[in-house]
Amino acid sequence: MTTPLLQVRGLKIGATVYPPGEKPHDIEIVHGVDFDVEAGKVLGLIGESGAGKSTIGLASMAYGRGGVELTGGEVMVNGRDVLQSNLRDIRKLRGAEVTYVSQSAAASFNPAKRIMEQVIEAAVLQGKFSKSDAEDRARALFDKLGLPDPDHIGNRYPHQVSGGQLQRCMTALALCPEPDLVVFDEPTTALDVTTQIDVLKAIKDAIRDTGVAALYITHDLAVVAQVADHIMVLRQGEMVEYGTTDQIINAPQEEYTQALVSVRSITHEEKQPTEPVLRVENITARYAGTKFDVLHNVSVDLSPGQTLAVVGESGSGKSTLARVITGLLPPRDGAITFAGRTLSPDQPSRSLEDLRELQMIYQMADTAMNPRQTVGTIIGRPLEFYFGLKGKEKQQRIQELLDEIELGEGFQDRYPAELSGGQKQRVCIARALAAKPKLIICDEVTSALDPLVADGILKLLLNLQRVEDVAYLFITHDLATVRAIADSIAVMYQGRVQRYGTKSEVLTPPFDDYTDLLLSSVPEMKLGWLEEVIAHRKMESAGN
Amino acid sequence: MLKNIPLSAAIGLIITGTYFLAAIFAGVIAPYGMAETVGDVWEPSSAAHWLGTDQIGRDLLTRMIYGGQTTIFIATAATILSFTTGAVLGFIAAVSGGWVDQLMSRLVDLFMSIPSLILALVILSSIEATVVTLIVIMGLLDSTRVYRLARAVAVDITVMDYVEAARLRGEKLKWIIFREILPNALSPLVAEMGLRFIFMVLFISTLSFLGIGVQPPLADWGGIVKENKEGINFGIGAALYPAVAIATLSISVNLIADWILTRTTSLKGGRG
Repeated sequence: MTTPLLQVRGLKIGATVYPPGEKPHDIEIVHGVDFDVEAGKVLGLIGESGAGKSTIGLASMAYGRGGVELTGGEVMVNGRDVLQSNLRDIRKLRGAEVTYVSQSAAASFNPAKRIMEQVIEAAVLQGKFSKSDAEDRARALFDKLGLPDPDHIGNRYPHQVSGGQLQRCMTALALCPEPDLVVFDEPTTALDVTTQIDVLKAIKDAIRDTGVAALYITHDLAVVAQVADHIMVLRQGEMVEYGTTDQIINAPQEEYTQALVSVRSITHEEKQPTEPVLRVENITARYAGTKFDVLHNVSVDLSPGQTLAVVGESGSGKSTLARVITGLLPPRDGAITFAGRTLSPDQPSRSLEDLRELQMIYQMADTAMNPRQTVGTIIGRPLEFYFGLKGKEKQQRIQELLDEIELGEGFQDRYPAELSGGQKQRVCIARALAAKPKLIICDEVTSALDPLVADGILKLLLNLQRVEDVAYLFITHDLATVRAIADSIAVMYQGRVQRYGTKSEVLTPPFDDYTDLLLSSVPEMKLGWLEEVIAHRKMESAGN
Repeated sequence: MLKNIPLSAAIGLIITGTYFLAAIFAGVIAPYGMAETVGDVWEPSSAAHWLGTDQIGRDLLTRMIYGGQTTIFIATAATILSFTTGAVLGFIAAVSGGWVDQLMSRLVDLFMSIPSLILALVILSSIEATVVTLIVIMGLLDSTRVYRLARAVAVDITVMDYVEAARLRGEKLKWIIFREILPNALSPLVAEMGLRFIFMVLFISTLSFLGIGVQPPLADWGGIVKENKEGINFGIGAALYPAVAIATLSISVNLIADWILTRTTSLKGGRG
């Protein structure tokens, strides 16, 4: 048996924390993890945020981010323990034997330098290739990764290519010095589903063709199932389960893994449209100071107590539609009718009643709550503001709302920083509910959350809809969420409503091209899904 | 809360506290009357006159204590005035945006383009320099600096979702400024306040030194330097005492400001 390329034994990682009011002390964030990666194989590291995925990934390059320290264990790369190596040897390792692909290519490329210069930098610096050889190699990699015009794309600056292309350029950067191991840290998380699929395919092919080993870090099990040979499930710095991809997906042993696999198993009975509470008619809008419309003739209806999902990739105008409805961006043309009244186009001139009945929940619960206000103040303010509740009455209502969002007692005096991501989002939901609205606009409310937490939030929203009879305008790019909760769907593309109707209408063929592309791009939790989709697309384009 | 004071902040608190207490209780602790001539010209320090006497034989320690009272009072009042006006106007500009912001900011630019000392000289040459006029002039001139800082800090905060949420709720300007923005803008403003207070001490001292600030026989630190500056030629250090006082007060106030800054930023949920 050959020695594995990367062998990790009992890896412990610690960090120093600075809690307020206490003395700084050390905590352990990874408690002894073991795994192997053999040459040419891909290991998927999966877990929710804070599980230690990225920290472990970086540890294989003997690197600890910020105050993180590698405190114990062994990390053997090609038979050498890199934790014991001196800095000079580690420098030889990084960028030559082990390379790294980060989540945000846009933030990782130097905007002032051409792509080619950056792609070949490590390979040339490490003395692996001469400059012209490295450039040839980079061009070959651009070609392999499916980038357009591979001979010249390297001459562009990072802002001159799209997000998905830049992510592929970064993969080329990592593969250029012919490394033995590449660490992919959430390489497709920041991309739209339609783009993600191309990048995923490119990465998978590149890994196969170059025979490089890889650590693939992600929180999306469906994605990692497409590229990995083995999967390790992590939780709070500890290994939960380790096995082949097939075993993890099809026969998970641990309860936590089972929960991850069966996530989004919410079923929701579709309701038929009735007299709408919100009617958006022929809205055309543009931002001040620009010369093009971001919304063209958008018309949708939303029935009381139902959910309208607005889906589309980034830049499709989903959030702009929300801004128009809330009155933050007065439209150039068109009208909005809400609860039988015509809404004034700009927010400051709307009546208190209109404002109260139309609430909003944001994507980032962190920035949606004032960090200097307690949960009690945050939820209490709408009660005080709209209903004039005071003192004991207010306290009682706050507690009722906290019970409704399943938080219970003892949360009133906490500050947002003392809550977890899911709890924060729940408080935001309570704040919206406090106004007793008829409609809540949910702008990507689950996309910043871990799958299991997001699942809990969706279930909560559905329950509340049943109890409070509130309608949701649900903006999302995640089609799995849409399938789970929507009654009707509007698919948006480049500021237009591409397809609109009840859920069953929209999700039943025949599809238009864009809807088909969007629907087929959602990763499914089964092996070989990626190949199926690619084959399906090839067939389609051959047929056309 | 008082247990975890770092040494630097403790020193700052003690020195500043001493100066402020001396200023408040000047009438009680000063050994002689403020304008009372009690000895010879420029007597050296002795048991009767700890710091010696000044150029017309007044007790220098007494003058320093009363001088501190005037200087600290004027500086404090002017700082409070400049912070209230500057911060409120800066927040209003940031929240309102558009032409309100443009108009106010350009106006402030206009004032800032004139050196404030010269502007103060011009104004004070046409109106009488009383304690009240000094405070108003210094406070308003300095509020332009506070305005810039407050606006810059608030512009960052107004784009946060929680401010948008407050707007969507229908909140008025007052709530947005005092409940949403102010608590989050406090720590940079407090740090700036320490610095601004010291600039005020220097400003009033400069004006008095030039003879257009606090008018005799009222004592203040800048005035004491002016009155005793001739003494330096004869090797008499009377003019140096106010200088030492100004320097130690500056440093100690800033030690406290630093401490408050670290404390407020490390509060649970504070701005990082």
